[in-house]
Amino acid sequence: MASAEQSKQGNPEPLTFQTSPDRYRHIQLEVDGPVARIKLNVQENEGLKPGYQLKLNSYDMSVDVELADAVSRLRFEHPEVACVIVTSALDGVFSSGANIFMLGSSTHAFKVNFCKYTNETRLSMEDASANSGQRYIAGLNGIASGGGYELPLACEEIYLVDDRRSAVALPEVPYLGVLPGTGGLTRVVDKRKVRRDLADVFTTLAEGVKGKRAVEWGLVDGIFPPSKFTESVEARAAEIAGIGHTDRKGVVLDRIEPEITDEAIAYRHVRLTFGPQPRVARLEITGPKDLPAIPANASDLGADWYVLRMFRELDDALLRLRFNHPDVGLVILSTRGAIPEVLAMDSQLAECRDDWFVAEVTHHMKRVLKRLDLTAKSFFALIDEGSCFAGSLFELALAADRSYMLDSDAVNIAISSMNSGPLPMSNGLTRLGTRFLGDPERACRVAGLTEPMTPGDANDEGLVTFVVEDLDWNDEIRLACEERASLSPDSLTGLEANLRFAGPETLETKIFGRLSAWQNWIFQRPNAVGERGALTLYGRPESPEFDWRRT
Amino acid sequence: MSASIDYTEKIPNNVNLAGDRKLQRALEEWQPNFLQWWMDMGPEGFQQDQVYLRTAVGVDKGGWAHFDYVKMPDYRWGIFLTPREEQKLISFGDNIGKSAWNEIPGEFRKELKRIIVTQGDTEPASVEQQRLLGKCAPSLYDLRNLFQVNVEEGRHLWAMVYLLHQYFGKDGREEAEDMLVRRSGNADSPRILAAFNKPIEDWLAFFCFTMFTDRDGKFQLAALAESAFDPLARSTQFMLTEEAHHLFVGETGVGRVVERTAQLMKEAADGDVTTVGGVPIEIIQKYVNEWYTASLDLFGGEDSSNAATYFAASLKGRFQESDDKRWPDHLALEGVYEIDAPVGGGRMSKEEIPMRRAMNLVLRDSYAQDCERAVERWNKTLSDAGIDFKLALPSQRFNRQVGIYANMPFDPQGSLLDPAEYDRLRDSFLPTKADLAYVKSLMVSCTKAGEFANWIAPPRRGINGQPLDFEYVKFMRN
Repeated sequence: MASAEQSKQGNPEPLTFQTSPDRYRHIQLEVDGPVARIKLNVQENEGLKPGYQLKLNSYDMSVDVELADAVSRLRFEHPEVACVIVTSALDGVFSSGANIFMLGSSTHAFKVNFCKYTNETRLSMEDASANSGQRYIAGLNGIASGGGYELPLACEEIYLVDDRRSAVALPEVPYLGVLPGTGGLTRVVDKRKVRRDLADVFTTLAEGVKGKRAVEWGLVDGIFPPSKFTESVEARAAEIAGIGHTDRKGVVLDRIEPEITDEAIAYRHVRLTFGPQPRVARLEITGPKDLPAIPANASDLGADWYVLRMFRELDDALLRLRFNHPDVGLVILSTRGAIPEVLAMDSQLAECRDDWFVAEVTHHMKRVLKRLDLTAKSFFALIDEGSCFAGSLFELALAADRSYMLDSDAVNIAISSMNSGPLPMSNGLTRLGTRFLGDPERACRVAGLTEPMTPGDANDEGLVTFVVEDLDWNDEIRLACEERASLSPDSLTGLEANLRFAGPETLETKIFGRLSAWQNWIFQRPNAVGERGALTLYGRPESPEFDWRRT
Repeated sequence: MSASIDYTEKIPNNVNLAGDRKLQRALEEWQPNFLQWWMDMGPEGFQQDQVYLRTAVGVDKGGWAHFDYVKMPDYRWGIFLTPREEQKLISFGDNIGKSAWNEIPGEFRKELKRIIVTQGDTEPASVEQQRLLGKCAPSLYDLRNLFQVNVEEGRHLWAMVYLLHQYFGKDGREEAEDMLVRRSGNADSPRILAAFNKPIEDWLAFFCFTMFTDRDGKFQLAALAESAFDPLARSTQFMLTEEAHHLFVGETGVGRVVERTAQLMKEAADGDVTTVGGVPIEIIQKYVNEWYTASLDLFGGEDSSNAATYFAASLKGRFQESDDKRWPDHLALEGVYEIDAPVGGGRMSKEEIPMRRAMNLVLRDSYAQDCERAVERWNKTLSDAGIDFKLALPSQRFNRQVGIYANMPFDPQGSLLDPAEYDRLRDSFLPTKADLAYVKSLMVSCTKAGEFANWIAPPRRGINGQPLDFEYVKFMRN
């Protein structure tokens, strides 16, 4: 039997998401006091799989895994940094975006997950700018096209070299017959507030916009001639960074290496198992135990601190589920531990929320939970004996599409202050707020319930979907799982994405919503991927042929 | 009043400039800027002199080669297209058999703009590269040839600017303006292609440039002369007639240096021509190595999706594409081009490139054959003189900055060396600083009619039937 990591579909080689600067091949990470630089230097022949070359700083997952790692490490290991410059180590080229030949040779599921992951990385940069005091600016020392412009769009400021050649461009429509897949359209009009008519011209202009016009249209914040480019961008970075966060002491993120066997992927606090029903996996989280008090310098706790470690493991497990187990449709969420310990952990987090490290860990928790919200699999939370769905961990149950609670005196759930603010969803609301969208007062009242709740109370407060009697538990859970796993995976993906994100639209929900709806639809259409589709024929000798009928 | 300008007199043309208000308006703005650019960046120190130049005043037999003395800033840069054929059909690519286009199809706007801008940018670039050469010309004959090349590159810029003004609207006018703003070798605003940003500081380099780099131009123009966009095809066809002279200057220029070196090798003790003021044959070979390979880069990558797109869209064909005997298959959808590609670890492997994606390579092969013929003629000069040395074109893998062999330590024979070995041998492959300094030391100005510098042989005959001691340039100095 194949190991739990050998997926039956998708990539023949399981993907891994752990890396570190000593293993980077495609990016150079330089930390220089309060300023850091991420320089793209993509190695053409070191992509994830053979069959394409990563020319002109184009990227595939192997590049983005490094980028995500660098962004994360800057926050934890180099918290003194206050400004990050994203630039390129190549002459005349910043980046030409996601590699088209890689996309052309990938399965649909992989493309979707690739885009989702790259979006999450871009959002983590924006999160760092907004919440970690690490502000990202882009120094485009050459052409930035497609995903190569979407990456700078995730920075707070964009500077473009003015050499009468280098342009920013989103040429997906004219070249490929698809859409920019990393939030480009949304950020152009929603974040940078480029006028919609100019955006219309920009996104159909394959060669892009350069120089003064790029500034006038709001596509970049400034231009500098080549001879002054580096010093000008550096000067701006130094101005933003000041002396940096000199009071912060970083934490080295060690490598997370789960033990992988035929049945399970086992981490220290997280365990992912498969079966016995087909297409069903179980994600079990062990709660905290005997946590140390938070010292004056919270970062002395290190990367082993349960809260950071567990959520890093959960993040890794979610990514493996997405990329390496496309056939899994339903994930059972369960927890093991003691509710008082979880509540104690949450009190610590609340008490020390002004410490940079505690705040950083909390933002990390927030991002991992968002990753769960955005995973295209069904999640059922099983709240049974020995579980510890309380506070931060109760967010897992709130994130699930449904929850089943065993009707027993020994089974409880609990709310903590972590449920009412620090861990918002992409829509900007708490999960409780989204759950009780029509009744904000109820959301407030429930958030104030500090005592652990019995199944009856939980049911009355609307915090669980079903309370199930002991005698029915096994059958009911089995039937629910089998039934769910029998439904069309595509319709479930759409259904869940519709239901999970009630409430207001934000930049994030728009990006992911439009990625799922429009981009993925266009990615499937014959005009893009048919035999004569534009994406299929890109770089090939033949010209595309379109079905001209609009829907 | 601008309306009173006699356009035909000032700007010779066969595009009905006098009756085209739109084009007049565009040129009214652009032309003064062009003249300013010519004064700033054209040949330095000779703008007031009378030069015996050829001016195109029409496209008929007598019209394209009108010779007279003219001050370069007064040169009448004109706009000429080879006359239109009625019912011209597209000869290759996916649009084969349809009528040629007289307007730009919207779907190919970006590709055509890129082609025209890239081609156009090389024209003023070479004038800039060569602007200091006049000060050390080996004869009045050569000085005049330099200026002829320069003014015609200027006219070729006009030809491309005409297309931008006439067919690309505001965007085209802005691109035309940019052509005058970019500067060869300027760090802040360089010319588009790398080979056009290196200075040309001695006359052997100038001859190599006109031999090898202008010859790339010939093949690019010839490929565009096949274009389905008829105004581009007709413009480039006419440019080719002028370009032929530039190639003549280059090929005979190198040939005359070779001839003189062969004479001096026999005169000098031990055959060391440096003792008698000649260019050593080994240095000539190194110049060939450098300029040939830099020019190969101009063809672009061996495997190119742009090349495929240009061919598919019938925008850019092969050399003499319309010749059915040369190219029986004008679709090129079948077949592959087999090439030795480096696969890492110092090994090579046969790779197949679909034919349309290999169009840069196909064009480059035609170019390489053309270069070979010139080298053969130089070698005949050597063997006729009894010199036992053969010049050779280096391997197409050597010294490349573009394509699959870029930045790899191949030797001129095409063998992959250990990088340290390459570094050790580099000075025997390419001109060294000392070589360049030596050649530069030979550059002395010869301004007396009929006089030639010691390091170069006189040509066989003069220009337009004039004798060698004709006063090709009349200096008008105070």
